Amino acid sequence: MQYGVLTKGTVVFMSHKSFVWLCLLPLAVVTTAFFLLPMARLVVVGAEGPQGLAGYLAILTEPRYRATLINTIVLAAATTVVTLIIATVAGMFLQRHRFPGRAVLIAMLTFPLAFPGVVVGFLIILLAGRQGLIGDLSNRLFGEKIVFAYSIYGLFLGYLYFSIPRVILTIMAAVQKLDVGLEEAARSLGASPWAVQRDVVLPALGPAFVASGAIAFATAMGAFGTAFTLATNIDVLPMLIYTEFTLAANFATSAALSVGLGFIAWAILALARSFSGGTVAAAG
Amino acid sequence: MRDRLIFTGQLLFTLTVAAFLVVPAILSISAGVTVNYFRGISSGVTLQWVFQVWDLYAGTILLSFVIAFATLAVTLLVGVPAAYALHTHGGRWSRIVEEVITLPIAIPGLAIALALILTYGGFGEFRRSWLFILTGHVIFTMPFMVRSVMAVFSTVDIKTLDEGAASLGASPVRRFLGVIVPNAVPGILAGALMVVTLSLGEFNLTWMLHTPSTKTLPIGLADSYASMRLEVASAYTLIFFVMIIPLLVAMQMFADREQGR
Repeated sequence: MQYGVLTKGTVVFMSHKSFVWLCLLPLAVVTTAFFLLPMARLVVVGAEGPQGLAGYLAILTEPRYRATLINTIVLAAATTVVTLIIATVAGMFLQRHRFPGRAVLIAMLTFPLAFPGVVVGFLIILLAGRQGLIGDLSNRLFGEKIVFAYSIYGLFLGYLYFSIPRVILTIMAAVQKLDVGLEEAARSLGASPWAVQRDVVLPALGPAFVASGAIAFATAMGAFGTAFTLATNIDVLPMLIYTEFTLAANFATSAALSVGLGFIAWAILALARSFSGGTVAAAG
Repeated sequence: MRDRLIFTGQLLFTLTVAAFLVVPAILSISAGVTVNYFRGISSGVTLQWVFQVWDLYAGTILLSFVIAFATLAVTLLVGVPAAYALHTHGGRWSRIVEEVITLPIAIPGLAIALALILTYGGFGEFRRSWLFILTGHVIFTMPFMVRSVMAVFSTVDIKTLDEGAASLGASPVRRFLGVIVPNAVPGILAGALMVVTLSLGEFNLTWMLHTPSTKTLPIGLADSYASMRLEVASAYTLIFFVMIIPLLVAMQMFADREQGR
């Protein structure tokens, strides 16, 4: 990087201000060329189909797309609710008690954090697939092989696997910050343990629920790897986009659907952030 | 008595959740070293599947590392100065820039990959090279590097340090390299771990961006899940675990140490 510029024979050092701009320049170039420009192109292509701009409404008006959209939203919502319940019970327990083996238990609950969706899909196959553990056990116990990995239930189980570690970490951090004094005060005023949970603890965890719930929801909406591995006939939005693009070569539709999906995921996270005030970001 | 019961109930519940997460991983690891998974571990233990995976997929593993470290290099060169600029400049515009570069975390990888293909798919040479995958990984991981470094800047009084060095006559570049970057090291390391881990496991974008000659590890995994016997797929997954788990542990240790300070 050049920092001195020769003008009229004297070395003039770059001002601090222009150095700061120079620091930002590479990011501006990379982001514009490989993110903003492509996203703009995606939006344009979405309107280039036979229906024009109305292509964007197809996700709502076309019965098949609408069914897929509803399917995806229901699945993502179910994942979010169940994950929140599981993570709250387990996270509260782990943060409030000290016992031997606690650290190992926490490690076991968080190690799948970096597993990509494809790997999670494969693990679900090992659990509930044709050669899976659940089928094996049910075969021995009842003489009937239970296989559900390749259905929407398998996908649901995969999304739970994916989101539990993330949400548990957020809930545990939130529980740690709770003011124990408030709970003691409620108890000393005669509140039952259940009432303390309902009126003091759970409301205080509200922002953490919103933040981590939004991540779980947005991730489940857009997750592609797990659905791809479990594959076959599950109707979710990412699979629909993929098949429209690769098999049907229907670029306009897949672009319009992608824009819709991206917008929903972004809006959920943005809403959650304005609501809870913290930083919210999905990953994977 | 009642507390005891509640404690036991919660413990059992938590143990069940842990089992749900751990048991499939153990199944996968054991299947990867079993002679015949259908007959069970009693059929013998072998490394033949691991070797077979190496023969078939060594290229994908190598390419994944190349892309992960190239992604790291780009995010370092582009992201660290940008984090400094965004922190120094501050204000509304910096927040907007931060908002924009964070979008790729919220927008599903599939959509970003489609956008890249629709825009640059026509540039055959570029489309066919691993650099095409690199662009996707850079866009996806950049926010993690920038925010991780910015988080450090908000705890260190960068402005005073910067002004102090300036009053001693150091040029902006020297100040950046000699004062700013050394102070940002914890954030750079945390960001780097995150970038490499995410890049090694990235599938959503990569599946769309790859070509038959540019397959990464997760692409190979999906390929083996679809077309190989269970033992081979498991052995491949085992190799992935061996690569990714040390990174995760390092990341966790880092987070703990930061919290302890």
